[in-house]
Amino acid sequence: MQLVLEKRAERSGTIALVSPLIAIGLTILTMVILFAILGKNPLLALHAYFIAPLTDGYSLQEIAVKATPLVMIAIGLSLCYLANAWNIGAEGQFLIGAVAGSWIAVKTQGTDAGAWVLPAMLVLAAAAGALYALIPAICKVKFGASEILTSLMLVYVADLFLDYLVRGPWRDPHGFNFPTTAEFDPVATVPLLIEGGRLHLGSIIALLVVAAAAILLGRTIKGFEIRVVGAAPRAARFGGFNANQLIILTFAVSGALAGLAGIIEVAGPIGHLQPGISPGYGFTAIIVAFLGRLNPFGILIAGLFLALTFIGGEQAQIAMKIPLDVTKVFQGILLFYVLACDSLILYRFKLVFPNRQVTRGAG
Amino acid sequence: MQAHQRMLDPTPKGQNSGESPLLRTIGLTKRYGDLLANDSIDIDIWPREIHALLGENGAGKSTLVKAIYGLIQPSAGQIRWQGQRIVLSGPSEARSRGIGMVFQHFSLFDNLTVAENVALGLDGQESFKDMSARLEQVSRTYGLPLDPKREVWQLSVGERQRIEIVRALMQDPKFLILDEPTAVLTPQEADQLFIVLERLKAEGRAILYISHKLEEVKRLCDTATILRGGRKVETCNPRLDTAASLARMMVGGEVKEVKAVSGRKTTVPRLVVNDLSLAPSEAHGVRLDHISFELKGGEILGIAGVAGNGQDELFAALSGERLAKDPGTVVIEGIAAGHLSITQRRKLGAAFVPEERLGHGTAPRMKLSENALLTGHAASGMVRRGFIDTAATLKTVDRATETFDVRKAKRDPEAASLSGGNLQKFIVGREILRNPAVLVASQPTWGVDAGAAAVIRQALLDLATAGAAVLVTSQDLDELAEIADRIAVMFHGKLSAPLATSEATREKLGLLMGGSSLEPKEVAHAAGA
Ligand SMILES: Nc1ncnc2c1ncn2[C@@H]1O[C@H](COP(=O)(O)OP(=O)(O)OP(=O)(O)O)[C@@H](O)[C@H]1O
Ligand SMILES: [Mg+2]
Repeated sequence: MQLVLEKRAERSGTIALVSPLIAIGLTILTMVILFAILGKNPLLALHAYFIAPLTDGYSLQEIAVKATPLVMIAIGLSLCYLANAWNIGAEGQFLIGAVAGSWIAVKTQGTDAGAWVLPAMLVLAAAAGALYALIPAICKVKFGASEILTSLMLVYVADLFLDYLVRGPWRDPHGFNFPTTAEFDPVATVPLLIEGGRLHLGSIIALLVVAAAAILLGRTIKGFEIRVVGAAPRAARFGGFNANQLIILTFAVSGALAGLAGIIEVAGPIGHLQPGISPGYGFTAIIVAFLGRLNPFGILIAGLFLALTFIGGEQAQIAMKIPLDVTKVFQGILLFYVLACDSLILYRFKLVFPNRQVTRGAG
Repeated sequence: MQAHQRMLDPTPKGQNSGESPLLRTIGLTKRYGDLLANDSIDIDIWPREIHALLGENGAGKSTLVKAIYGLIQPSAGQIRWQGQRIVLSGPSEARSRGIGMVFQHFSLFDNLTVAENVALGLDGQESFKDMSARLEQVSRTYGLPLDPKREVWQLSVGERQRIEIVRALMQDPKFLILDEPTAVLTPQEADQLFIVLERLKAEGRAILYISHKLEEVKRLCDTATILRGGRKVETCNPRLDTAASLARMMVGGEVKEVKAVSGRKTTVPRLVVNDLSLAPSEAHGVRLDHISFELKGGEILGIAGVAGNGQDELFAALSGERLAKDPGTVVIEGIAAGHLSITQRRKLGAAFVPEERLGHGTAPRMKLSENALLTGHAASGMVRRGFIDTAATLKTVDRATETFDVRKAKRDPEAASLSGGNLQKFIVGREILRNPAVLVASQPTWGVDAGAAAVIRQALLDLATAGAAVLVTSQDLDELAEIADRIAVMFHGKLSAPLATSEATREKLGLLMGGSSLEPKEVAHAAGA
């Protein structure tokens, strides 16, 4: 007896909709087993992960704060992935954006620079993220280098560059030798939405990004180009759409959004530049993009869900001493199941008996 | 009882009066949304029978055979195999029961050898060596010569189809389905195929044969079942009917004749190609070799030739999917365009219909309106300030649907859900409705039924009458003879000098298609005659 994947005659629309839910279900099932192996009560752990954070206002705000960078980055990535361009290095573009924006904050520190500082930081961060993303895009278009590898490797370059800056030239002289810049001035800080709360202006920007992406993909010719190039490259060429140009464009846009997310994180919830400003947002956003089916509204929901796992992970660590890394395990398993379930849209499982025969997709 | 029934039935069936139908569908129904693609179809297939399945584009032929082959599940009705009801879980089960199918679109890997391709498509666990031996033996037995070690890219379309047929025969099917097998074959290749089919029949196998070519159906088939709008209208003996009466049954009325307006006026040159040479872009492509021709407004130039002699490369160079170094090699409407992109050429008034409808002419998973946008975005007012005017794209879909009678399940379905011929009508309609000054069309009636083919040919003629320059590449010499003013032949990347259609006899074209050149004397003689 043999288990084989057989191509479906028709694409299953139902599975396309429920596949993310199936993936979440399977992930939770796997986690239950994992918790049991760790000797923790699975039900309590699940409660800590998924229910507890939803029950108090502080955690709810925190979820929105964590979802902000995830959604912004994932929207950019979804444009790349729709166009068949594989940007894996959003984490690096996030860090470079944070560094570039912080440069203005550091240089204007203690001066009487006015309200232009924050907008300038946002613009510079987006530009820096875009330029940084253009490196792998141009290498891909000009030399055929795999953008997957180059964009990923540039993450480590960005990480070490940031490290160097905060340990060297930008270190806060009054910071007891900690590798961090001084706290940013108020003009260099992203304003809060509620006084004394956690929610900040960045969340509004993220929502605007979602809306803009929905309009871009649904209503404009550029969005159409992006979708056709990914879905039917030969037809796209026949339509007069240039795949290379779109690789450049989508990488630049996603780099800009990642860079913007980076500076918003630094100038918002964190307040200064330091190593470890990202718990892996750029990588988690890949999961968000796929879990959201590369659809802007889907990404919004998926971003909130993965933010929940970050917060839940912290709560579970505090309440039950479950290691924080379990959150990463959870996210990895989730991506695995999302991709696996997606293949069920086009394929189905089939049991085959030796005297019968293996099937070939036809048609 | 069984014999009695069959005596009442005038159509020839299995020779042996004790036999029962090999396969029988009872009330077979397939529903897509509101559309009944197959509406309660009863069909009997007997051993030792070549059974034709006829019908207009979208009549439901492919749907029916896909259900019989287990590719789709019927919504209602039964399939009986050797008297027993079966429910097929998939093609592998169909194959294991003895049902084989050869698809119109081949599923072969270009860079693998013949034997490797066959091995990939077979179900069993037999060793590669045994399989290769069996492949040679089957191909020899049936007179389908194949060299197992050749790589597929080196093979002609006819040879590729042979691989598919041999692959199907290696499963020793009792029943073989062929979906439009001759659409892509040259007349000679088709003749060879018919010999094989006759032989399979003599061995007691049954064959279900889908084709739009009624003359060959009359020659080959013992029985014909005609579908119209998803229903079976008739089962008859095609030998006793004329092609015209078969066509009438398919359409449910008279088939239109193509009327050429005589004395079309030619105007200025609208498409000129000057000494175009182009290295192939792919490893297995054909080099375009000093191609020159001039096409005036009001004129239709036909390009004949066996597929794979550079027609695809010429299309890419004319459309701008591939650019030429020298702008002057392609001149559209008096403007050197060799270096211009396909979008810029469209803006000059050119329109293009590629041969491959799914994946090249359309994005299969996108709606028709989006596929209208695919080629209309440059010049048809479908885009304003970067925003898509959905109403305008839908209007194009509606107009193409109306003008070319595109049959579909809803107003704006995915391209892939249309039947082959209906999608072709949509693509041709989409381009013609833009009123192009220059139309370059590859195989414009490929897989289209007789009625729709007539509509498309008429539209091409009307377009030329209205003053456009039309270039048609086709393997169908009858089609070219019907609409073209001049015919040139493509061979190994070279284009022959065009012959006036009245001078272009089958013999001359055949010689050119085989690579021999016409004697200079003979050309002079033809021109003088
Ligand atoms: N997956 C699908 N979803 C919706 N409608 C479909 C689908 N497949 C086929 N149809 C519809 O069913 C009808 C019959 O299609 P089918 O492919 O069987 O036609 P056909 O007789 O083979 O035509 P052709 O000669 O053009 O190949 C068409 O109207 C087509 O639009
Ligand atoms: Mg068909």
